[in-house]
Amino acid sequence: MDSFLDTFFNWQIMQEASPILLQGLKATLLLSALVVPLGFLGGVIIAVLATFHAPWVKWPLRVWVDTFRALPPLVLLIFIFAGLPFVGIDVGAWGAVAIGFFLNTGAYYGEILRAGIESVPRGQIEAARSTGLTRGQTMAYVVLPQAVRNVLPDLISNTLEVVKLTSIASVVALPELLFQARQAQSVTYNASPIMAAAIAYFILLWPVVRLLSRLENRQLAGRR
Amino acid sequence: MTNWDRFVDSFFNARVMAQYLPKIIEGFGLTVVLALCIIAAGLALGLLLAVVRAFGIRPLNWLIIFTVDLFRALPPLVIIVLLFFGLPNAGVELSGFAASWLALTLVLMAFAEEIFWAGITSVPRGQWEAARSTGLGFVQTLGYVVLPQALRITIPPLTNRTIAITKGTALASVVAVPDILGAANAGVSFSFNPSPLTLGAIAYLVLFLPVVVLGRWIETRFAWKR
Repeated sequence: MDSFLDTFFNWQIMQEASPILLQGLKATLLLSALVVPLGFLGGVIIAVLATFHAPWVKWPLRVWVDTFRALPPLVLLIFIFAGLPFVGIDVGAWGAVAIGFFLNTGAYYGEILRAGIESVPRGQIEAARSTGLTRGQTMAYVVLPQAVRNVLPDLISNTLEVVKLTSIASVVALPELLFQARQAQSVTYNASPIMAAAIAYFILLWPVVRLLSRLENRQLAGRR
Repeated sequence: MTNWDRFVDSFFNARVMAQYLPKIIEGFGLTVVLALCIIAAGLALGLLLAVVRAFGIRPLNWLIIFTVDLFRALPPLVIIVLLFFGLPNAGVELSGFAASWLALTLVLMAFAEEIFWAGITSVPRGQWEAARSTGLGFVQTLGYVVLPQALRITIPPLTNRTIAITKGTALASVVAVPDILGAANAGVSFSFNPSPLTLGAIAYLVLFLPVVVLGRWIETRFAWKR
């Protein structure tokens, strides 16, 4: 038990590692603040394109979305980071993460927003158009605000997943929380820095999980 | 060499692909086995926890809720790294396969419990009372009345979540498991050509595209009519 505590909850090592862990935490927050809006933007583009029912929009879009939903994000990230430099395209760790998340989480946000847009009754769109709003205005002022509200639990849930997913950036040596924790662990031969990182993730994300758990219970129960 | 030739030579190099195809196929098998082990254990444990939670034993329920929250909040890669690189410091060696299996099983367990539990609570109280008043015991009511209805409602969210977590098997490559991505990475560093990564990406699409399409179909098939 003592050796377990000493390995995973060594207070002294945690304290010594805290400066670089804090740097990592900052990078994780910055990374999240970059990729969440980026993925959301990708999602909005996909969801708006999905409202065009022409087959030459619909099918390529579906192939696009399903491809990036089927490809594990880490595979996509490594492909961009380690594959593209072979043809002279080197975007660096931050660039690779940004592109990868735009493609991957964009597809997920897109699916969620599409469901939200479909949940807004057609009559509202017709009413908005007949009052003289253009297609774009109808989308921006009438449809999207309601669509977002209708799928809010799914959007929050996906955002939680995106923040958790930023940990894969450690694989391409981007110095975020998990990467820094691994560095500290390999120097100290002690797992406490990784445990400290896990605790930081938990403190950061637990409130979101609690909120979601409530929203989801209500949503599923409300389907009857 | 034109740009196009260079592109084809890098990403679709027939010689390199032929050389590493067997490794990728082996990795494919490993990914499938790992995924099936995770799905079987994760869903079973999730259902078990949800059923235990239905008994309403307070301290036990707090423990379940905390465990579920914990594994919903932690990134899967953090759990894998903690198990694989952390435990040896305490004298316990886990193979990369075991660490990945355990980590992703715990994550799937947490999400599955939450979904099963939402399904159970979505069955109206009146049905519990009616079933009990006909003389069914608590366990019988749960098994014959509540769970069959609860499970049906949980199929779409559960399918999507299971797919998402199963895709996480690619994380196993980080702890040296020669799954699809692991084999592809090794191929790239040996041949100094990214074609094995192309093969790997194709292998993942072959594996997961049908599953994603199936998930979409299940979502419409089992959708509740509003």
